[in-house]
Amino acid sequence: MTATMIKEFRLPDLGEGLTESEIVSWKVNVGDTVSLNQIIAEVETAKAVVELPSPFAGVVTALHEQPGTVVEVGKPIVSFEVEGDAGAQAAAGGAAEAPAAKREPNLVGYGAVVETTGRPARRPRNFAASPPVETAEARPAETDAPLVEPVEIKPAETRPLETKPAATVAGERPRSTPPVRKLAKDLGVDLEHVTGSGPGGLITRDDVRNFVGGGDLPAAAQELAGEAARTPEPVPSAQASEREVRTPIKGVRKFTAAAMVSSAFTAPHVTEFLTVDVTPAMELLARLKASKAFAGLKLTPLTLVAKAALIALRRNPTLNSRWDEANQEIVQFNYVNLGIAAATPRGLTVPNIKDADRMTLAELSTALTGLTETARAGKTSPAELSGGTISITNIGVFGIDAGTPILNPGEAAILAMGAVRKMPWEYQDQIALRQVMTLSLSFDHRLVDGEQGSRFLADVGALLADPGMALAMV
Amino acid sequence: MLTDEVGQGGTTASGPGNNAGHRGGASQNLVQLITPQGERVSHPEYDPWVRDISDEQLGSLYEDMVVIRRIDTEATALQRQGELALWPPLLGQEASQIGSARTLREDDFVFSSYRDNGVAYCRGVDLTDIVRVWRGNASSGWDPYTVNMAVPQIIIGAQTLHATGYAMGIQNDGADSVAFTYFGDGATSEGDVNEAMVFAASFQAPVVFFCQNNHWAISEPVRLQSHVHIADRPAGFGIPSMRVDGNDVLAVMAATRVALDRARRGGGPTFIEAVTYRMGPHTTADDPTRYRDANELEDWAAKDPIRRVKALLDRKGLLTEEFEAAVQRKADAVAREMRAGCTGMPDPEPLDIFKHVYSTPNSWLDRQQDHYSRYLASFGAPTGAESEEGGYSSYVASSGDPEDADSEEGAR
Repeated sequence: MTATMIKEFRLPDLGEGLTESEIVSWKVNVGDTVSLNQIIAEVETAKAVVELPSPFAGVVTALHEQPGTVVEVGKPIVSFEVEGDAGAQAAAGGAAEAPAAKREPNLVGYGAVVETTGRPARRPRNFAASPPVETAEARPAETDAPLVEPVEIKPAETRPLETKPAATVAGERPRSTPPVRKLAKDLGVDLEHVTGSGPGGLITRDDVRNFVGGGDLPAAAQELAGEAARTPEPVPSAQASEREVRTPIKGVRKFTAAAMVSSAFTAPHVTEFLTVDVTPAMELLARLKASKAFAGLKLTPLTLVAKAALIALRRNPTLNSRWDEANQEIVQFNYVNLGIAAATPRGLTVPNIKDADRMTLAELSTALTGLTETARAGKTSPAELSGGTISITNIGVFGIDAGTPILNPGEAAILAMGAVRKMPWEYQDQIALRQVMTLSLSFDHRLVDGEQGSRFLADVGALLADPGMALAMV
Repeated sequence: MLTDEVGQGGTTASGPGNNAGHRGGASQNLVQLITPQGERVSHPEYDPWVRDISDEQLGSLYEDMVVIRRIDTEATALQRQGELALWPPLLGQEASQIGSARTLREDDFVFSSYRDNGVAYCRGVDLTDIVRVWRGNASSGWDPYTVNMAVPQIIIGAQTLHATGYAMGIQNDGADSVAFTYFGDGATSEGDVNEAMVFAASFQAPVVFFCQNNHWAISEPVRLQSHVHIADRPAGFGIPSMRVDGNDVLAVMAATRVALDRARRGGGPTFIEAVTYRMGPHTTADDPTRYRDANELEDWAAKDPIRRVKALLDRKGLLTEEFEAAVQRKADAVAREMRAGCTGMPDPEPLDIFKHVYSTPNSWLDRQQDHYSRYLASFGAPTGAESEEGGYSSYVASSGDPEDADSEEGAR
């Protein structure tokens, strides 16, 4: 019989509990003859891009969806003309052909149909030196010989243990329980500002309520609490003129606003924090300043952070890339135009140092000085403002430790350096007063995965914690 | 019993793989008998254990590996076609599974994980039964006692406890069977596996811990889980171990024989680390490109377990066209049978769920079943085909309420 029929292939749930998938591309055209399991399409689910093998052998009669379309699970995506009696066609649609030997559901606990002669019988253990030779596990006779194997005792290998935890990763959310987090959310309280009184610093309901109601909390916390709880009062517009100043949005402010809005709402930001003991870097800085080679140059912590970032970028080039939405491409830069966020009288600008990756430390220092002076004088040229590939913002100069910087549009990462503070810190297994800095790295999660971002940040941290690491990384 | 005695001749334990005496994490050498290029290399300790393997047997090991790879790709395709809800591919682990499972005796008992479908094939599990659970048609695929293989354990590592308990039962019976348990590198970080090893060592139970180190616990690389080779861990429990090339079917077979022999003679447990690689995703719902370097995949592709046996057969002049065609025919036939069995599987009836809770009548359950059947009946009479086959037609057909026709769709 060669009667043909039309079979539809409906989009299956390709993951566990997915409701839709996007057709990425068709690998066949209408009229093509396909074989069973031939790849017919590429489909992207929320979990993965997967290839769809054809459930039928036959001729493609229709492709129901265009590439780029998001299709609900269960909708027909392709139709085939198949021969009516093909044995392997039993698949989709449910009009299934019975398998050769139809089996009863075979389930544990209710006496499945026993098909073998029964349970394989156990045999008594044979302690004799030569066990019976089996066909299934034919044991060679030779192996009876070595009864005791001399064991060579080797000296214990000494593994270099990590002795100096130079850095700690911050960013764990405050400890609390889901109902307490819910309460805090309802009351508009940020748990970051609440001190927990429970075991191990656990934030309790009472802590949250006290925070909002004042209680006997420190003044700073009360102030924050007040802010959180306060709702802005509507101000009559008549009074507004006396109490407010209205300035037209234009110039750098307008540009900054547009750039920040566009960046914040197109690039999914992730920010990671790393607090590092930078005492060795600061000591190096002092030595370099004293050396003749750097005489007359302005060396600052920013110079070292910039250099560290440039070194770390070589190992983590993904951070130096761009999402090209229009062309649907990822641009990987083989050069680094290092942007430096600068506060100028006109507002925030991010001029960049071209080909900063090729510069020596002295050249980089000179470029940084020139860049900031030009920016402060308001003389930055448009060319210096465009073409950046990654940026650094120095919030430490304002005495700030950490933040969640927003990406300079078109760039994949921005590194914020915090203030260098003397803090009690673990040093050689003791508490010592060390110079500590927090690094905050935001990155575009479309381009950079947590792993790459984390590795980059860890590399920068490692270089500042131990500048000698540069020898290992370059 | 002192740890030192185990594996150093203090008991009847003997032969290769006696590494319980290793202390301080000294790494063991990887046992390899076939190189990735298909060259047979000699190994003084392990050669004798596979000296009896004839050319025909080597050919049949090759065939089994090709067949289970075919089973695996067919099942993956069935998932992509909506016929299976999920499938955990074994691609790349064929030698580990065939080399070990083919060495077992019928009366040994296997406690496996969910990825060991090649082992199930060797144990004689029906092809349809292999995919039954993955289609969502049953809570478990087969009767363990017909093939002496428990249904796959989904909970990571729990089967090692079952195996150890079973092995203690074998001891009480005075039999020389062995409990053989399969698990992965990730499972070695689980409490269950560690507890199982403590008990196995304490009672010198005839159990073999067979760890397929496929390098990835879903997205967690093995190096994050263990700072020493996995095979160096059992020494701490007083269990001798071996570290073998898991992509080398002969090396796996030799190591498995060493372990089985020790267990049968009352020498207690053995741990085998088969170093292999999961070439595919964790399951069909996973995308390894998100966490795995493509170079790593390429490196392991060069160590493919099937290709090296094929190359060895070729060197021996055994790789004839007829042989290859026969192997391909066999693989295709198996895939066809599995596909037909899968797509032709009758759907379970809603009330079947009550059959598999208690082995004896239970009044609570009877009441729930009664409620549920009356609930089902409220949707009206089923179609003829369903009531014919289901066996529960009496529950459903008795109250065909025409007014409920609207809600029929909701019940299906």
